[in-house]
Amino acid sequence: MTELLLPPGLLLVLGALLMPLGLKIRNALVFGLPVLCLVLIWSAPADYVLTFPFLGFELEPIRITTTGQLFATIFSLMALVGGIFAYKQASTLELTAAFVYAGSAIGVTLSGDLFTLFIFWEIMAIGSTLVIWAAKHDGAYRASIRYLLVHLFGGILLMIGIAGHVVDTGSIRFEALTLDSIAQYLILAGFLVNAGAPPLSAWIADAYPEASPSGSVFLSAFTTKTAVFTLLVAFPGTWLLIPIGIYMIFYGIIYALLENDMRRILAYSIVNQVGFMVTGIGLGTEMALNGAAAHAFAHIIYKALLLMSAGAVLYRTGKRRCTDLGGLFQTMPWTALLGIIGALAISSFPFTSGFVTKSMIAQSAADQHLAIIWFALAAASAGVFLHAGIKFPWFVFFQKDSGMRPPEAPPNMLVAMVLFAFLCIGLGVYPDPLYAILPFEVTYEAYTAAHLVAYFQLLLFAGLAFFVMLPMMKRTLTISLDFDWFYRKLLPPAGRFAYNLMQTASSGFTRTAISSWQVFQTAFRTTRISEYHLASSWPTGSMVLWIGVILGGYLIMNAWF
Amino acid sequence: MNDLDKHWLLRKNNIRKLWIVFIAILAITVIAGLFVHQHVYFGIEDSFGFYAWYGFITCIGMVILAKLLGIFLKRSEDYYGPAAKDSESHYD
Repeated sequence: MTELLLPPGLLLVLGALLMPLGLKIRNALVFGLPVLCLVLIWSAPADYVLTFPFLGFELEPIRITTTGQLFATIFSLMALVGGIFAYKQASTLELTAAFVYAGSAIGVTLSGDLFTLFIFWEIMAIGSTLVIWAAKHDGAYRASIRYLLVHLFGGILLMIGIAGHVVDTGSIRFEALTLDSIAQYLILAGFLVNAGAPPLSAWIADAYPEASPSGSVFLSAFTTKTAVFTLLVAFPGTWLLIPIGIYMIFYGIIYALLENDMRRILAYSIVNQVGFMVTGIGLGTEMALNGAAAHAFAHIIYKALLLMSAGAVLYRTGKRRCTDLGGLFQTMPWTALLGIIGALAISSFPFTSGFVTKSMIAQSAADQHLAIIWFALAAASAGVFLHAGIKFPWFVFFQKDSGMRPPEAPPNMLVAMVLFAFLCIGLGVYPDPLYAILPFEVTYEAYTAAHLVAYFQLLLFAGLAFFVMLPMMKRTLTISLDFDWFYRKLLPPAGRFAYNLMQTASSGFTRTAISSWQVFQTAFRTTRISEYHLASSWPTGSMVLWIGVILGGYLIMNAWF
Repeated sequence: MNDLDKHWLLRKNNIRKLWIVFIAILAITVIAGLFVHQHVYFGIEDSFGFYAWYGFITCIGMVILAKLLGIFLKRSEDYYGPAAKDSESHYD
C-alpha cells in the first residue's frame, strides 16, 4: 500500500456509521477498523502528503508526520482496546459515537491544513457529546449539553482564529505558528479550551464522569490529547504555556483531593497530567517536546486503564462515590491489581511507563536551569501519587469494608485491562520502541541509580504523607465550586433577569411609541396642513411624507459626511 | 466479626506488620541516597534525603491547602440540582 486516498480517520468515522446495521457487523467493525487504521498509518510512505484543491486553497487531508503518526497510533490502539472493554456492555449508540470520535481525533493528527483540522475538530465535539448522551440518564444529558456548549465555544474561537490567520498570511498550512497576531492567539485559545486549560477546566470533571462505565474510558483519551498534539505542532516553546501547564497540574491535584466521586477524581487528574504535557510544550526543547509526546502516549494507556478499573467497579456495584465504596479488593482482586498498576504508572513509579516519559519534562526544566518550574514539577510528581496513585485505589478497593461483594469484572473488561497494564509495565521496562517513534532522537536515560533513588524517595514519602494525613482526607458528600459556577449558577438567572428587563423595556417602548403616534395624529388633524390634498388621503399622504423624511435625512447625511 | 474471619490484609496484626515493612523500605531509600550522587542543578538536591523530605512536606502542604480551599469551594451535592444517582448494579 503506497497510495492513501482516504484519511484513515475518515475511514473510522464512515465505518462507525455502519455499526447500527447489526450486532455481528458492529463487533467486526469494532475490532477491524482500528487494526486497518494502524496498518494504513504505518504502511504509508514517510512524509506522505495527499493534496486536494478547494476554493483556491490546497487542502491536505493527509500529511504523515512523526508526531502525527505517534498520536494516530495511540488513538487507534485506544479505539481497539476501548472497543474490547466496551463491546459486550455498551450500547450501539455509544460504540458508534466512540468510533466517530476516535476517527475524527485521528483525522486531526494526520491533517496537514487548518481547514481539514477544523472539520475533524468539530466532528470530535459531536462524537464525544453523543458518547456522554449514550449513558441515557438525566444528569448525563444535562452535562453533555454543557460540554457541547464549551466545545462549540472553543470551536468558534478556533474558527475565527483560522479565518483571521488565513486572511493575514494567505496560508492554511497547519504548522508552527509565531503567536504574533490576534488570530493566532485565538487559535491558541481554541486549542487550549480542548486541553482543559484555565479558566475552562471544569468541563472535564463535569462531563466525563457522567458517561457510561465504558464511555468515560473513550472520553479520557481523545479530546485533551488531540489538543496536546495541536499545541505540540503549532506552539512549541511558547513560554505562556508554562504557567498555564503548572496551573493545570496543581488545579488537578487540589480538586482531586477534594473530590468524592471516583471517576471525577480521575477526571481531575487528566487536567493534572495534561498540565505536565502543556508545560513540556512550553519548555520547547527537543527533550521537553519528546517528553510531552511520550507522556501523552503513556498517559492515554494508564488513564484508560484507571478508568476501566473504575468503570468495572461502577458496572458491578452501580456506586460512584468513595463514601459508598471500599473493601472491593476481596471479590474483585484482578480489577484492583490492574487498577493499581495504572495508578503506579500515572505516579511515574520506576518500571512503569510514566517513569520513562514524565522525567524527560522535568529534566529539560533542570537543563534550562528553571528552578521554580523544576521544584514545582517535583512537588507535583509527589502530588500525583497522593491524589491519584494512592487515593483512587485506597478509597475504592481498600479503606473500609463497604459490605459489597460484587463479582470480578466481566472477561472482556479484564482482557482490555490486562492489555493496557501489560503496556504500562512493558513500556516502563523497555521504552525503546516508544522512544523510537518520538519526534526527535532520544538521548535520555531514565534508569540511573540517582534517578531511581530520587523517585523512590519522592513517591514513597508522598505515600507516607497520605497515610499520616488520612484523618484529614475523610471523604464528604460534596462537590467543589469551579469556573462552571459562572455558567451554571450565575448565567441562568442573570440571563432570565436580562430577558425580563429587555421584555419590559420593549413593551414599554412599544406602548410609548403607539401612544405618542396617536397624540401626533390627533395634533396633526387639527393643523391646517391636514386640510390639503397631500395629507387627506391617508396612504398616499403618509407615503409622500415619509419619502420627504427619507430624502431630507439623506440630504443631511450627505452634507454631514 | 472476629479478627481471624477477616481477609488477611484487614487483620490488625498484619496491618502493623505492613507498617513496619513500609517504614523499613522508607529507611532503605534514604540510606541508599547516601551512596548515589545526585546531579546538582540548584544546589539542594544532594542535601540529606532531599527527595524524601521534599516529597513529604510538599504533600502535607497540598493536603492542607486543599483542606483550606475546601472551606470555600465545597458545596452540598445538590447545589446545582439533584445529586447524581447511583446506577444499576450488574452482578450477572
